Amino acid sequence: MNCSFREATARMRIAGLLDAGSFVEFLGPSQRACSPHLQALDLPAAFDDGVVVGRGRIAGHGLLLAAQEGGFMGGSVGEVHGAKITGLLERAQHEKPTAVLLLVESGGVRLHEANAGLIAVSEIMRAVLSTRTAGVPVLVLNGAQYGCFGGMSIVSRLCDAIIMSEEGRMGLSGPEVIESTCGVEEFDSRDRALVWRTVGGKHRYLTGDTAMLVEDDTAAFRAAVLRLLDSVKPDLSLDALVAEHQRLGERLARFGGCSDALEIWGLLGAQAPESLPLLEIAEFLATVAPLRGRA
Amino acid sequence: MNPLTLLTELFPLGHEVRFEAEFFAGAARTAVGEVHVIGTVNNVLIGAELAHRLAAETLAVVQAHPRRSIVLMIDTNGQRPSRRDELLGIDGYLALIAKCLHFARMRGHRIVGLVYGKAVSGGFLATNMLADACFALPEAQIQVMNLPAMARITKVDLDCLRVLSRTSPVFAPGAENYLCMGAIQAIWTGAIAERLIEALQAPVADDRRRRDGAARGGRLFAEPISARVRHDGS
Repeated sequence: MNCSFREATARMRIAGLLDAGSFVEFLGPSQRACSPHLQALDLPAAFDDGVVVGRGRIAGHGLLLAAQEGGFMGGSVGEVHGAKITGLLERAQHEKPTAVLLLVESGGVRLHEANAGLIAVSEIMRAVLSTRTAGVPVLVLNGAQYGCFGGMSIVSRLCDAIIMSEEGRMGLSGPEVIESTCGVEEFDSRDRALVWRTVGGKHRYLTGDTAMLVEDDTAAFRAAVLRLLDSVKPDLSLDALVAEHQRLGERLARFGGCSDALEIWGLLGAQAPESLPLLEIAEFLATVAPLRGRA
Repeated sequence: MNPLTLLTELFPLGHEVRFEAEFFAGAARTAVGEVHVIGTVNNVLIGAELAHRLAAETLAVVQAHPRRSIVLMIDTNGQRPSRRDELLGIDGYLALIAKCLHFARMRGHRIVGLVYGKAVSGGFLATNMLADACFALPEAQIQVMNLPAMARITKVDLDCLRVLSRTSPVFAPGAENYLCMGAIQAIWTGAIAERLIEALQAPVADDRRRRDGAARGGRLFAEPISARVRHDGS
């Protein structure tokens, strides 16, 4: 039975992903780790501050994981929310689980905690890098309703690999932010087709920014994690960085003049770029297999 | 402060810093040895090209000058908000700078950050916030966004935010607030060349910003919450 990853809550995603009964939450709701800053603004708090962290297993592999809850303030990162993720990553550096999973769903910095939120994202970034340096892979699962924007998109791109669904979205400045800053002619955030092909899973997969593209199905995410656990090994070596730098430089040279994803897909060799958004995932993957790795 | 004047003040022994558009870089001499300066000017919005350039410079220093200290002087209004940069995956370009700076630190390059102009959101996250220690000049402006924009987006009354920012460092922009919360180690006044020498000689530690923020009373929860997650249920 298909169980939508997008429609689920953070806790449902965890339950669907992990071996039954294996999840143990750290600093759960009963411990009332709420944001002090929202209280100062007379805003409702959540007992988990919008992120669930803990340990569990997938097919027996011991993992640490964090799941952001978009239903609470868009999964935004405040002081407590961020400290929970940072603490989890630091724990991983000592416990050495098979991997850390980040189930992202976030608009980025929680503006209600402006400065504290920004610093918290920075602490997550550094903790991700230290965790990888300690040899523990960090994998990102992006397919939740609110997508992954702002500082959390940088966090995602610091990790070893990203798994996205077509419905997943990843970008630094969100479409609404660009529209409100630069005008609707720059980015019409209500043009859903434009939004999906600019920041959606298919585009990110075609350019190689996401390692795997899966159906909007929690079981498909679980299977993708298992596949990556076999193949991913943290590599922050000079060779790896030089290669990534070169790849991103080539991307600028080839696609820097493009103003629409359709042009990029065409340059990659797609026969009918405009048809790609319409394809089911299996058909899409088969169609674009020869194009991958060219970006 | 004008970046050229600032460089002259910071490096009385001289420097070979060169400017290309909003980017600058080059070697500089100090009483404790050569350093490499990497910076930007004009509150630049960092797009994919500039991010790529900053990463290139960092990698070049690591390859050409093992363990040489890096002085990061990034002046930015944040990432460039544009559909075209999003299309290219600008988050990945900023993440690449962060990875290169982290790699440099792991290879024994000390990184001293100095905010002399503006430091805003994504542009700050991917650069100076990766330094071993980040400092600021008194006139530096550090922020996620200004209060009126914050009021508009959060739908919290502007007057309410103004009142709160008098008592809490969380809401209002400013180097002092970031000092209080641990993200800025010190604000440099007086003889800044001497401050730089001190920074280049201070012991290097892991990310100490939570501890500093707690000790200074500006950020009381990040340290204990992360500690509880590290130890809970074990």
